[in-house]
This record gives sequence, C-alpha cells and structure tokens, in this order.
Amino acid sequence: MNSIWTIARKELSDSLRNRWLIAIAIVFATLAVGIAWFGAAASGQVGYASTPATIASLASLGIFLIPLIALLLAYDAIVGEEEGGTLLLLMTYPLSRGQLLFGKFLGHGLTLALATLIGFGVAGVAIALLVEDVAVGALAVAMLRFIVSTTLLGWSFIALAYVVSVRVSEKPVAAGLALAIWFFFVLIFDLMLLGTLVASQGEFNPELLPWLLLLNPTDIYRLLNIVTFSDSAQLSGVLSLGADLPIGPSGLWLALVLWFVIPLTGAWALFRSRRI
Amino acid sequence: MSCFRLENVSYKYDKALVLNGVDLRLEPGEILGLFGHNGAGKTTSIKLILGLMTPSQGKVSVLDGEAGDPKISQYIGYLPENVMFYPQLTGHEILAHFARLKGASLRQVPELLGQVGLDDAMDSRVKTYSKGMRQRLGLAQALLGKPRLLMLDEPTVGLDPVATADLYRLLRKLRDEGTGIVLCSHVLPGVEPYIDRAAILTEGSLKAVGDLASLRRQANMPTTLSIEPESTVAALESVVNNAKASAGLMMRHDNGRLHVDVRPAEKMALVKALMASGEVRDLGIYQPTLEDVYVHFIGSGGLAHRGGAQ
Repeated sequence: MNSIWTIARKELSDSLRNRWLIAIAIVFATLAVGIAWFGAAASGQVGYASTPATIASLASLGIFLIPLIALLLAYDAIVGEEEGGTLLLLMTYPLSRGQLLFGKFLGHGLTLALATLIGFGVAGVAIALLVEDVAVGALAVAMLRFIVSTTLLGWSFIALAYVVSVRVSEKPVAAGLALAIWFFFVLIFDLMLLGTLVASQGEFNPELLPWLLLLNPTDIYRLLNIVTFSDSAQLSGVLSLGADLPIGPSGLWLALVLWFVIPLTGAWALFRSRRI
Repeated sequence: MSCFRLENVSYKYDKALVLNGVDLRLEPGEILGLFGHNGAGKTTSIKLILGLMTPSQGKVSVLDGEAGDPKISQYIGYLPENVMFYPQLTGHEILAHFARLKGASLRQVPELLGQVGLDDAMDSRVKTYSKGMRQRLGLAQALLGKPRLLMLDEPTVGLDPVATADLYRLLRKLRDEGTGIVLCSHVLPGVEPYIDRAAILTEGSLKAVGDLASLRRQANMPTTLSIEPESTVAALESVVNNAKASAGLMMRHDNGRLHVDVRPAEKMALVKALMASGEVRDLGIYQPTLEDVYVHFIGSGGLAHRGGAQ
C-alpha cells in the first residue's frame, strides 16, 4: 500500500508541477460558468436558464472533453516510463507491477477528480451565490451527481489508456491508439448504433438495443446526467433508447464503475505478461 | 548465505538460447567481474538475478530467497547501463522518491548525494545534469538502503578519473563490509585491480570463472620477459637458447631489449639461467593482463594482442 501511495504521490505532484491539474480545473470552471451565464442565449436572452438545462449542456461538452483529457493524462503511464528508461529500474525495486499500475491510477485518478471537483465545484458555488432564485438544494444534488459521474467517466478512459500503455512499446503509437479510442467511443459508436437501428428498419431486437448503450461509457454518462432530468420526449438520437433501459440510475452507476474496474483489471493482466 | 546462486540456468528468448547452462555464484564480501561481448548474456544474467525474468531452465536463488521477491529486492542495489531518470525532477526529489519505494530512510538521501559528490547539484533538475552526474545519481540510487547485493552495469561510463577512483574505493569499502558486488564493464584494465573473481561469458555460456591467477593458469598463456642486455642482444639470445629451448618459446627484440615469451611453468628456470649468465642488466616480467586472458577466452581474431610489454 505504501508503494502504491508513493507512486500516486509522484504522479499527483507531477500534475501540480506541470500545471495540468490547475489548467484542467480552470477549463472546467470557465466552461461551467460560461454555460451557466449564456445558457439561455438560444432563447434570446442572457442569463441562467435552468439547472437541468445547464447540466445537460455541461454533460454534452463533457462527453467530448473528459475522455480526451483523461486519455492525454494517462496514455504514457507505462510506455513513457519505459521510453524514459525508468521502468526497468522501478521493477528492480520492491514494487510489483500491480502496485505500479494501481499507484499510477490513483495518482491520475486523483488529479482528474480534484480538477473536476475544483473546476465544477467553483462554478457551482458561483452559480449558487450569483444567480437569484436558484434552488440551491437541487443545484447541489445535480452538481454533485455531475461531478461524480464526470470523475467516473474520466477514470474509465484513464483505465482504457492504460490498456494501450502497457501493451505498446512506443509513445507515439500509444498516443495514436488513445486518439482512436476517443474517436470510437465519442464519435463512431453512436453513429454505428443509429446506423444499425435505421438499416434494420426496426427488425433489430428491440430488447437488446438499449443494452448496447451500456457498451459505451460516454452514453452511460449522458444517460445519467440528461435522462434523469428530462422527459423522454425531449431526448434525441440514441439517447431515446436509454429510456427503455429497465435498470434505473443505480444500474447505470454500477455500469460506469465497471467501466473503469474492468479495463483496469485488463491492463493489469496485460502488464503482468509484458516482457521487460 | 550466498548473494546469488545460478544453477544450470538457461534462458530462451523467442526460441533463441540466450543463456545456456550457466553455473555461477557470488559470496558476500566479494567483487565479481562479469565480462563478455555485447549480446553474450550479461544483461540477461543480471535480469534473472533481479527477478525481472524467470529462467527457462535451472534455478536462481538470491540472498537465500527467490529472485524478484519484494522482501529480497529490498536488499539489492542495481545500476542499469545508461541509467535514466525523470528529467523534470531534481536529484534530491528523485532520490527521495526511490528511497520511499525501497523503504530506506529519507535521512540517507542527502548523505548519499554528498557521498557521490552531488551536494551542489541536488536541487537542480536532472535534465540539466551531465552524463557523469546522472551516473553518480544512479550510483546513489543503487546504494539506497544498504544493499547486500550490488549490481553495477558499466558504472564508470561518463565518470572522470577522480570520480572513477572514488567509486572503486567506495566499492572496496562496501565489499569489506560484506556486500557482494557484480561489476559489468568493458574497461577491463580499469576494473582489473578491483575484482576478486572474473566470469567470462560468450554466446550465453560461461567460458571461464575464477580469480585472475587461476584464469591465467587455465588459459596457459605465456609470460613475457623483457630483458635489457649487459653487452649485446645476441649474447642474451644464446643464453636463452641454451637454457633449454622449449617448444613455445618466442623471441623478438626492439630498442635494444629482448622480449621472450615463456610458458608459466618454465619461467623460473629461464630466469635463473639468465641471472646466472651475468648478461642481464635489467629484467621486466609481464603477466598476461585481464584483457589478454579475456581475449584468449572469447577468441577474438583481429583484436588479439599478447602478453604485453608496456
């Protein structure tokens, strides 16, 4: 446990030193405040629209941004140590491969969690203080749910980045594959799902289709933050499928948790079999 | 307790045999030189002892335990060839990080940095370090937590002569305190005075092991006598020829000196005959160096150079 914390602590202090943490937090806070203030611009006025609308807009942006940030943060976790020549040395220390990987995860995970908490937390407080007649209780609950789910989404992409990082032997390859992961989950997956839906003209098993959403962490995240607020009538695209899912919010939370646990376990297994 | 023991160890990498039936051991308080050309299996042997890989065949035991066991690796210090560190951290931060990982006391950090002469640079980032400074930081890293087994791969690369001498003095001190040390190097004349035993690897098998005297015996290489004549070289030559000219004898002369190669067993007989003749003004005896022995065992054609006058 001590070694895990030693590794995590170095990652955390690295992201403080290279100002990643503070940069991500500022980006998040700026986005959140910007969206809160100009959220009603579409309806022709400047001002706070509503808590659900703000969270929905934030989540839509988060879907693009969070996976990208997480992948960038984590893609070189192992392959970077190898290219830097420190992996071999680390492995001669009383430190197992699992401890190294989980230490990295703890460090990167905490970096992202702190940045999210600070960035969106500050924005939440600003909204609560500055917007008149906002229901603070509802805002707090929504913000908390948003922050926790954003963190979990980030963790799942950190874990996915590790799967790449323990497998390849060159950093540029890892970066390329990380981008491919982003492209697949954020852009391609929904298109494929919609395409399947349309092409099969409803022949496709309607029971099965909603479950397919669980195969994409960004869709789970979207369901958690958007569906819980809206009437299903407002939902568009593949999200309308989510309304048919019989598992409810707790099932979605569990699915999002599994989305970082399973890739992380996979990365661990791959790392153990890697030749150093 | 042995520092490590390799028993009939073989290792295959993608079906290619990298190590083939190697038997080698190191006792505490001993410095073992591990030599061989690139790809001879030195690094593989070290990685097996460090527990980074498991042998395809044979047994590796380290400090009476299993290689790679965290309880064991706590007592192993390792300096890899071309050691690299996190460039954005300072020397002090890096050593503290590794000390925490090794469970060594943080008080050791400034102590070791002083010992390797990095006191002034310990708060600068490692990316500003020269090769020699990185190497010294690597050494400090290997010495964390009082290792009982120390493995150094090319430790003197990038070190100036003074730092090199300091290093060897330090290694001697550690050896006297009971640390077992493995030294891999290509600078054979540099390490020769400091090693207790040498192991020579070629193509994955152990060609020879032992202290320098026994290696010389195994190699049965000639000793060279360099003789300055009292009168003429010709007179000396006849003395040598009369003193029982055995088969392997070879003579040549330059700068008015005569150089005679003689089998170790016949050396003393020849020396006595020479002294008795009164034709000798000065005599130098040159034993084969570690380098000569090494070249003999790995059998390099073009590079061969023999028992050396100067």
